[in-house]
Amino acid sequence: MAKPDLMDFDKALEMYEPVLGFEVHVELSTQTKMFSDAPNPAAPNADRDAAPNTQITPVDLGLPGSLPVVNEKAVEYAISLGLALGCEIASRSTFSRKNYFYPDLAKNYQISQYDEPIAFEGSLVIELEDGTEVTVPIERAHMEEDAGKLTHIGGATGRIHGAEASLVDYNRAGVPLVEIVTKPIFGAEGRAPEVGKAYVATIRDIVRALGISEARMERGNLRCDANVSLRPRAQAGQPVAPLGTRTETKNVNSLRSVERAVRYEIQRQAAILSAGGTITQETRHWHEDKGTTSPGRPKSDADDYRYFPEPDLLPIEPSAGLIEQLRAALPEAPAVRRKRLREAWGFTEAEFRDVQNSGLLAEVEETVAAGAAPAQARKWWTGEIARIANARDAEPAELIAPEQVAAVVELVESGVVNDKLARQVIEGVIDGEGTPAEVVERRGLKVVSDDGALIAAIDAALAEQPDVLEKIREGKVQAAGAIIGAVMKAMGGQADAARVRELILERAQA
Amino acid sequence: MSAASSDLTRLAAHELAEKLRAGEISSVEATRAHLDRIAAVDGDVHAFLHLNTSALETAAEIDARRAAGEELAPLAGVPVAIKDVLCTRDMPSTAGSRILEGWIPPYDATVVARMREAGLVPLGKTNMDEFAMGSSTEHSAFGPTRNPWDRERIPGGSGGGSAAAVAAFEAPLALGSDTGGSIRQPAAVTGSVGMKPTYGGVSRYGAIALASSLDQVGPVTRTVLDAALLHDVIGGHDPRDSTSIPDAWPSFADAARTGLREGVVKGLRIGVVSELGGGTTGGTTGGTTGGTAGGAAGASQGFQPGVLQRFHEALGLLEKQGAELVEVSAPSFEYAISAYYLILPAEASSNLAKFDSVRFGLRTEVPGGTIEDVMAATREAGFGDEVKRRIILGTYALSAGYYDAYYGSAQKVRTLIQRDFDAAFGACDVLATPSAPTTAFKLGEKLDDPLAMYLNDLTTIPANLAGVPGIALPSGLAPEDGLPAGIQFMAPARQDARLYTVAAALEALFVDAWGGPLLAQAPALA
Repeated sequence: MAKPDLMDFDKALEMYEPVLGFEVHVELSTQTKMFSDAPNPAAPNADRDAAPNTQITPVDLGLPGSLPVVNEKAVEYAISLGLALGCEIASRSTFSRKNYFYPDLAKNYQISQYDEPIAFEGSLVIELEDGTEVTVPIERAHMEEDAGKLTHIGGATGRIHGAEASLVDYNRAGVPLVEIVTKPIFGAEGRAPEVGKAYVATIRDIVRALGISEARMERGNLRCDANVSLRPRAQAGQPVAPLGTRTETKNVNSLRSVERAVRYEIQRQAAILSAGGTITQETRHWHEDKGTTSPGRPKSDADDYRYFPEPDLLPIEPSAGLIEQLRAALPEAPAVRRKRLREAWGFTEAEFRDVQNSGLLAEVEETVAAGAAPAQARKWWTGEIARIANARDAEPAELIAPEQVAAVVELVESGVVNDKLARQVIEGVIDGEGTPAEVVERRGLKVVSDDGALIAAIDAALAEQPDVLEKIREGKVQAAGAIIGAVMKAMGGQADAARVRELILERAQA
Repeated sequence: MSAASSDLTRLAAHELAEKLRAGEISSVEATRAHLDRIAAVDGDVHAFLHLNTSALETAAEIDARRAAGEELAPLAGVPVAIKDVLCTRDMPSTAGSRILEGWIPPYDATVVARMREAGLVPLGKTNMDEFAMGSSTEHSAFGPTRNPWDRERIPGGSGGGSAAAVAAFEAPLALGSDTGGSIRQPAAVTGSVGMKPTYGGVSRYGAIALASSLDQVGPVTRTVLDAALLHDVIGGHDPRDSTSIPDAWPSFADAARTGLREGVVKGLRIGVVSELGGGTTGGTTGGTTGGTAGGAAGASQGFQPGVLQRFHEALGLLEKQGAELVEVSAPSFEYAISAYYLILPAEASSNLAKFDSVRFGLRTEVPGGTIEDVMAATREAGFGDEVKRRIILGTYALSAGYYDAYYGSAQKVRTLIQRDFDAAFGACDVLATPSAPTTAFKLGEKLDDPLAMYLNDLTTIPANLAGVPGIALPSGLAPEDGLPAGIQFMAPARQDARLYTVAAALEALFVDAWGGPLLAQAPALA
């Protein structure tokens, strides 16, 4: 298949207005599934190596005669999420059946919510990298169950068609989901890709702060479908064009991919439209490796899921008391939290944004809580740790714990190691060599604190560069740098540069 | 077959229970007697699809526990037949369908588990219309069941197997399920007692679903007290069924025994529905209904005269005991069948989607075919015509653009029917109708006419649509064909106990009038 033409992004924006919409599925981290008492593979303590089809009950397999029972914890989680999204919580909401045949769907219908979702009419303030705030209108958040997983054997595409056989694992069937649906997002313009990324990042931060999902995109705890459509710019005196035909790019499962997929679809659609073509309403697959989308199945309004009220379940009617209790227990809103932390840490706007854009707010916060100075916590996370993470294509938070970073800061503060050695300590911790103290011990990274050894090294260096002392006495204190460098080199880096400097200055005054 | 074991099969369940408790007989003897009876007559009747090969072992365990002095539940040691729509972990559970042939569930339905817990001895699984779709048991994939009164006639449906087993003395007790009359109509045409409890009164967990908002499990027996005793065992809240009512229930057996007290029906207001066998025959102001033999006319269109005659005689008996007859109108009942045949297929089309060959049941291989091909071929081969008919109907009724006109309208009718019940129960304590419009029809008679078949549920469907309880008991033999006719009582939701009291009272009056139970008049089979 030839790579489709793409229009230059800026040119596409000149000709068309992008309209966005997102459907984000959040896997809730309850102990059991949405409608059965099987263990939930999305729970924090789940057995992630469980063999296929072992985390199931007759309900998850849809065996004849089995009946669903609503997980009350999942309902509470959904209400909390709805509240955090600024939604109204329905005093009465119902489940419906969404009927379609697919082998990963045990009953060949999905229990979802249709016309009476648990949460509706909300809005979410998100912050872009430069601090611009954008309000995303939320249409609804509803509860449903996840499907199983298919693995297609044989065949070139890894998809069901062309495969020789397909294996079904129902462990994921019945995992509780909340699907958050936005209203059309207008006005994002050239920042549309960034808005997509920031929106999903904000959802991730919220569900983490609520403690209702592991929110690990790489594990599918958080999955994004990105809807993009374009409409021509209104000409002067002409009415605003109606919304264009949209595509839905499914399962865009990293923040960076959300940004790239939105950008790609804008460029692709613009190329088609400007050439006089039409956009097919369809779902599209995102290809992480190529950074492109390809057509999935056509999706039209003719899709008929034959929704009807789920007769096996009663309506969900949360008491006003429960809703208020959950509202009172909500964590700080992200915008409020950002303001509070910025003030508490005394960071400049730029410094703070640096932390936030690196996605390291929680890590810095926890490192400070573990005793590190805010500036030090920021320096190590956005510096050395981010560098290593980038080199290893990993998330900083996965490499090292905030407590360990705080311990490294403490080692520097107390003079056990200097900054340069501390970098090695961090590397050692990341490589699994033990705690920071253990790494110092094993790698022998302690700075030399024996003045005698330092003085001997200083004397040796001064013997090489005898004019330095004279220069210092003349007030050219920076001349000490050459000696410090020589001493550090002689000590293999394991010297406290500040102490060396002190000793040189003492020598000059002697 | 020994005379002694023959006698045991003639006993009502509560009589068997009494003899077991007194140590006069053992559960092994009682169970063997019924297995012998099944061996002797079921070749003709075909009430059973599967027999429990460990029934005698189970009976022996109960006997041992009793011998050890253990306090056992009232029905411990009494054999029971189980409709094949209920999941049993030790026997196939096919719902009468080829698509589930040989499938043994890994779990027991809640009602089955409760029966085992109470020490009842499962005899086997009984025949039924496929997925409980039918009124004659002719739609079973495994051949029809025959009516013990006349083997050329149908035993009713969908639970014809359970009713025939009870009426043929193959089992003293049976479990059925009732979506639109599948307990009550077979009870009516076989001279048995059948109770559809209040929706939510008995757990549906493990009952293979036909229409989830209508299905209810209940007892099929030969006496009202037996039904009450079995209902006491299977009923009550089940956390595995979200539609199960959490409240505590009174003892239904006590309620049935109350029915034997002198003067219990005095002052009871019995509503006779003008649209369902009432009307035009007088009696609206009390006094003359009992005498109107053959009072079929006007709104009683579609009812067999002899059925109506026995119905009005029954009312007359109660009136003589001081009950008050009240004529009530339920205008929306006219639309009940139409609404039912939209709601049921709609829910069934979704409930039956899971039968796709992927996880259990029949798989029809299609060489080189896709999963869709295999699913389609399996469903084509595994479902019978009536099931396919209703899946198509239901799929259509739920389709975009038709939903409001069909499913939506049907739900509105359902609400109106509930209001009719509310209004009626404002004026009376129970409603009475014939259990079914006719006596048993001939095998094959309505097989090619689905609409005629559907009309057989005329009197039973309203209770399912409204979720109220209904009990059917024999009202005598219709004079024109000598076949059993039945009378149904309905009560407000949760007032199941009231039905047992009223039905037990009427049953006692009938036994006096007939000189014994109606089934004593059934022809010998073996």
